[in-house]
Amino acid sequence: MGLLSGLRKRLKFIYRLLFRKDKLKIGIYGPPNAGKTTLANRILRDWLGDIMGSPSEIPHETRRVKLREGVKIQVDGKSVTIDVVDTPGLATKIDFHDFLKFGMGEEDAKRRAKEATEGVIEAIKWLDDLDGILLVMDATEDPFTQVNVTIVGNIEARKLPLIIVANKIDLPNASPARIKSAFPQHQVVPISALKGINIDSLYKAIAEKFG
Amino acid sequence: MGVQMNLISKERLSKMSSMEKIRMILDSVKEGKIVVLETGLTPEEEAKLIELTMLEIDHENFVGIEVESYPYREKSIFSKFFGKKQGRLTVIGPANRLKTLEKQEDLIKTLIT
Repeated sequence: MGLLSGLRKRLKFIYRLLFRKDKLKIGIYGPPNAGKTTLANRILRDWLGDIMGSPSEIPHETRRVKLREGVKIQVDGKSVTIDVVDTPGLATKIDFHDFLKFGMGEEDAKRRAKEATEGVIEAIKWLDDLDGILLVMDATEDPFTQVNVTIVGNIEARKLPLIIVANKIDLPNASPARIKSAFPQHQVVPISALKGINIDSLYKAIAEKFG
Repeated sequence: MGVQMNLISKERLSKMSSMEKIRMILDSVKEGKIVVLETGLTPEEEAKLIELTMLEIDHENFVGIEVESYPYREKSIFSKFFGKKQGRLTVIGPANRLKTLEKQEDLIKTLIT
């Protein structure tokens, strides 16, 4: 994790600049319940007429990384083909008691918690194999959480292109401005993945940033 | 009964490898202690800490950690060139005992129960 790893990341970054791939792996990251799967579904529905999986109000619904290859996004004459990688929500704690509140039995809640811990590890490991990141944040929540800070720090350390998606702007207490002020060094695109609000701006940002 | 807090200095941290730091943090936190690091962890170390935390959650006694730190700062041209980020003051504790009340760019308020 020292000098050599820094150099390796730097060389990887230069390699990416010089030898652009035809197809890019773009990871959708964020804390649980930020709307990652809803966004993955929106992208797939708009460009492939398909969906990735079922979103849920219960945290950690996605507990395995899901990959969909060959999504071609075309905006204003620009086009990019991406593999969409939908990842489990990142967290520093997973307590099965939290799932009991949703009416789940203890056995199921414990199983879900165990799978969720494995999902977090898998999501972190995937960071090494991606070409860009869509970091989804819930615009109704305080963005200055440790999970968000840690993800942004890791993406910056890996020199990966990043777009922060300020999701859920259809809700009355959403504040994308709060996200912009917390991470002023990064591009923030406010959307509602559920309602499709401003989604074209996100596709334009994807084509420009990753294309 | 009181809560033990271990405040680890920059000097001590600089002598430890990444895995030594992470092991020390997890061992302390699993014993119910609060750990304060003067210089924090690098982003890669934080990711590794989360990975190991997930491996050690037993769903009974240990359900994870609460971590709070000020955002990273690139301090020098050297660190910018090599992409190494300097961690800042970080507080880590068991998730069921340490709660974050408020976090700003230069202020962290926590509650220990």
